Amino acid sequence: MHIVVCVKQVPDTKIIKINPKTNTLDRRSAPAILNPYDAHAVQAAAGIKEAAGGEISVLSMGPPQAVEIIKKSVEIGADRGYLITDRAFAGADTLATSYALSKALDRISKEHPIDLIICGKHAIDGDTGQVGPGIARRLDIPPITNVIEVTDINKETRKVKVKRKIINGYELIETEMPCLLTVEKEINEIAYSPMPNMIKAARYNPVIWAVSDLEDVDKTQLGLKGSPTIVGKMFTPPKPEGGHMFEGAAEDQVKQVIDVLLQNKELFSVN
Amino acid sequence: MQDNRGVWVYVEQNEGVIEGVSLELLGAGRKLADKLGVPLSGILLGENVKNLADEIIYYGADQVYVVESPVLRQYRTESYMKGVILLAEKYKPEIFLYGATPNGKDVASAVATDLSTGLTADTTMLDVEVEKRLLEASRPAFGGNIMATILCKKHRPQMATVRPKVMKALERDTSRTGRVIEEALEIREEDMRTKVLEIVKDVTKKSLTDAHIIVCGGKGLGDERNFALIHELADVLGAGVGGTRDVVEAGWISHDHQIGQTGETVTPKIYFAVGISGAIQHLVGMKNSEIIIAINKDPNAPIFGVSTYGIVGDALEILPILIKQFKHAFREKGGEMTYA
Repeated sequence: MHIVVCVKQVPDTKIIKINPKTNTLDRRSAPAILNPYDAHAVQAAAGIKEAAGGEISVLSMGPPQAVEIIKKSVEIGADRGYLITDRAFAGADTLATSYALSKALDRISKEHPIDLIICGKHAIDGDTGQVGPGIARRLDIPPITNVIEVTDINKETRKVKVKRKIINGYELIETEMPCLLTVEKEINEIAYSPMPNMIKAARYNPVIWAVSDLEDVDKTQLGLKGSPTIVGKMFTPPKPEGGHMFEGAAEDQVKQVIDVLLQNKELFSVN
Repeated sequence: MQDNRGVWVYVEQNEGVIEGVSLELLGAGRKLADKLGVPLSGILLGENVKNLADEIIYYGADQVYVVESPVLRQYRTESYMKGVILLAEKYKPEIFLYGATPNGKDVASAVATDLSTGLTADTTMLDVEVEKRLLEASRPAFGGNIMATILCKKHRPQMATVRPKVMKALERDTSRTGRVIEEALEIREEDMRTKVLEIVKDVTKKSLTDAHIIVCGGKGLGDERNFALIHELADVLGAGVGGTRDVVEAGWISHDHQIGQTGETVTPKIYFAVGISGAIQHLVGMKNSEIIIAINKDPNAPIFGVSTYGIVGDALEILPILIKQFKHAFREKGGEMTYA
């Protein structure tokens, strides 16, 4: 079993600040972290490895600093890491990103054939969830998105059974390997990393590839050039006027709210 | 690219029922189509679903493309993607919208890859620049503190997934008529790699999106222990409980209670926003609620901008009073409060 997990370094969007003058991100204001959904993806791979054996690789595209999240992935349980980094990748939207990653996956699978690819549901900086399914299409393998449980993996029949979250419930899906899963946070709890992993991670140096290390690459499909979408403008929506503000002591304000609500017969009936 | 004409809406049906977001998109798509002077088409896939075509026309479409096949009985990326691509390659739309549901996002991502075109995720505002025939798809970006308008200038169709409950459906008009165009999909079940073995609907868990009243707490509550007051007020009101992204990340409540861009979008009759400052990413998930009551210490908090009524004060002081006074009010009127 060879599982590859695709991971992304993201700014911690909980604390990132926007420069109000330029409407751009102040990247210095937030630390770069392993995308939280990807941490669950690595953890899911570790769980599968524990049950079915095999090895786990992680793959990331990003600046050289992204080696940090590969080390983090090794802490959680990855055996190997690959980083593709090149100025030619910069400015990629989801289409160009899935193209670049699929080329790296082609190379990885030549050396170590891939049975399963796992991605986080989405990255918290873009929130799109489009790269995982895009990779699956490019490799022509079945994608299963929004996975909340890997129910069964059978190495002999090559069948995989998973639960996929849908509106108001889930569906049980069977597919065959190789396939690609994108996982929800519900799939697992991030465990504390075992000490040997931490030691390994501290010393780990991932394999680093530039565009020239990948085969059959159409450079027009990379980075900004290969991205059909662009950001037209950034704006803060006009501030709405807002409603009625109550005044007075807390008790009085609450009383006014309740009076207003209870008077409105269309909202409540008290029987 | 010049040949591409028309606005399309992917109409998601599950077990023969059209998803609400698809009707909302027909309303939004109608406006775009009228501005561009082109027809609005609904795209309908499934097994024995043709009878839904009239509904799609009643809600604003000029025509409906239907693909029926036994391999489309349940949603699967493999088969649905092929059906959609078949239509898009043959009839070449310029704009193609999908609901941002699990299945809508899934099929749109696959289709965009095969058509090598741009796809904007989870948009909350749509417009067109008529002269250049450009779709302006806007969405909260970077954790939701700002809006970004995404353009796809050189590739067609211009595609976007759109958040449920942010667009408005048109009134159902049974006098509307339109064309139904059928296409056949040549896929056999034996060629499918994926099978849906079982669909389990969680009927016991009341969905937050169905709640008539929601009490939602933010990090202004301070800690998990204080968040219990949110549950207590919700109990008194028979309301659903929501949390902001911060609160969910902090583990005070599970992700299925998250309201906002990466959680649920809700439109209850009454929404209590308690200790919530009002980041854009939260506002897009609740601002269309009928009555919004905001409680926050900071009188300049953006949440007051969308609120119907505002109370400036410490949530920890206000909540117990709200609970006490609501209890008192209901006791006085002799009964439980129910939604009319």
